[in-house]
Amino acid sequence: MNINNVKSEFPILQEKLKGKPLIYLDSANSAQKPKSVIDRISKFYKKEFSNIGRSVHKLAVTATNRFEETRDLVKKYLNAKSREEIIFTKNATEAINLVASSYGEKFIQRGDEILLTELEHHANYVPWHFLREKKGAIIKFAKCNDKGEVEIDEIKKLITSKTKIIAVTHLSNVTGAILPIKKIVDLAKSKKIPVVVDGCQGAPHLPLDVQELGCDFYAISCHKMYGPTGVGILYAKKKWTDILPPYQGGGGMIEEVKKESITFPKSPTKFEAGTLQTAEVVGFSESIKFIENIGIKNIMEHEKKITEYGIEKLKRNNSVKIIGEPKDRGSIISFTIKGIHPHDIATILDDDGVAIRAGHHCCQIFHEKIGVAATARASIGIYNDKDDIDMLCKAIDNCKKIFKI
Amino acid sequence: MELKELYQEIILDHGKNPRNKGRCNEFNSDAEGYNPLCGDKVHIYLKVGKNKEVQDSSFEGEGCAISLASASILTEIIKGRDYNVAKKIIEDFLNMIKNEAKITINSLSDEQKTTLMSLSGVKQFPMRVKCATMAWHTFDSALEGKK
Repeated sequence: MNINNVKSEFPILQEKLKGKPLIYLDSANSAQKPKSVIDRISKFYKKEFSNIGRSVHKLAVTATNRFEETRDLVKKYLNAKSREEIIFTKNATEAINLVASSYGEKFIQRGDEILLTELEHHANYVPWHFLREKKGAIIKFAKCNDKGEVEIDEIKKLITSKTKIIAVTHLSNVTGAILPIKKIVDLAKSKKIPVVVDGCQGAPHLPLDVQELGCDFYAISCHKMYGPTGVGILYAKKKWTDILPPYQGGGGMIEEVKKESITFPKSPTKFEAGTLQTAEVVGFSESIKFIENIGIKNIMEHEKKITEYGIEKLKRNNSVKIIGEPKDRGSIISFTIKGIHPHDIATILDDDGVAIRAGHHCCQIFHEKIGVAATARASIGIYNDKDDIDMLCKAIDNCKKIFKI
Repeated sequence: MELKELYQEIILDHGKNPRNKGRCNEFNSDAEGYNPLCGDKVHIYLKVGKNKEVQDSSFEGEGCAISLASASILTEIIKGRDYNVAKKIIEDFLNMIKNEAKITINSLSDEQKTTLMSLSGVKQFPMRVKCATMAWHTFDSALEGKK
């Protein structure tokens, strides 16, 4: 599939809002879905649905097979070593909570240190905060520089003999900085510290090979990968899935239940309690096929081109200040306009059909650091083009006109 | 709903040059409001008399044009009002935003009513309603001595 024709694959992008075409620049929040994903879910419910892994009837077998085929696809896409390393969760937040809870339960004691960065999304801070409260652990934040990057040295200098886990974002959802994961993992490995990567923004936009990255855990948000909501993935190295205790308890995740004791099966079953998001997981198989069909390198190249065009064009506007200037960056442009609050910007842009996000983007630590409560954010996905950026800039001019700036 | 009904001249003016900003002298009651969705904050300061009449009112805070204008208009209109009148203005305002009700209180001048009504456009933008109402709820908490 040619990336220039991609827009036509997304039904919602053909819709008009109040007579205006939709310019969707909020993919870092959640991406739109191609027709193939939508149709797959519909087909699954029409022809193949039943609960999985339990009953013996034909439908149960079909549904289970489709579900597990998606696991195989994900395993291949991430280049994981085994399917036991691919755990389906309800979202990336749950994936990180799973690690914080199960790893924390077993390995974190009072006074142990958890190393995060100032760029983390709340999803990669709050679960560790719970652990801090519960276990008396200490959380340290590696500083980000004025370009909105976290340098390896900032992480290096916070590592002590008490550091029990490092949890970092792959790609900042505010500054767009791509963190040096490979270097962080190499450093951590030399100290025998496991690394959790929040891959919410990384997975949809960067080539992924978990064996090459070497991280212990990688959390993915499927709805940001043009997939259905309600599905997340935790990649966890087998050495951890073998020894970590289950996260939630319930049906489907047990081996044998007696009044006195319960035993648990191997991963991933051990970590997948209750009925899962069956149709959504199956639908996600089409997201992977869609991304593979276009090619992640082509996607990256395209998004880089549009992002650079956007940054250059926004920079020409004197009132616009772009937040962060990372050397290695993804397709995220956060900005402020002097004299106009981001929420006003977002409302006015919306009137022109331009959908962006405004607020702290679940990164209050970073916003506090730079001394602003909120920023506006345009995030670029597979389907965005230069016309979308032109429309964004035009809408920003309209904003300034309304506010007489 | 036209955008210009939301961003009326009067709102832009109050948003850009909010009145009663800062802590008023001798305040004896205050309350803080916070919108976790966007991080906007408002802190209301009141000087209330023996009979809970609002002798002075002011606010500190950061936020969008709508929330600043709302706090500015609120503190301006309620300053100097008796307790019952203040409560009625708050009730009328919140009713107007939430239920499209008319401003019924007769102790406001026509100009003051127009000023209050300038914020009514926000009800067409459900995600922005809290921007307009937060200061009012916070004011009510301060008036009732709730933190």
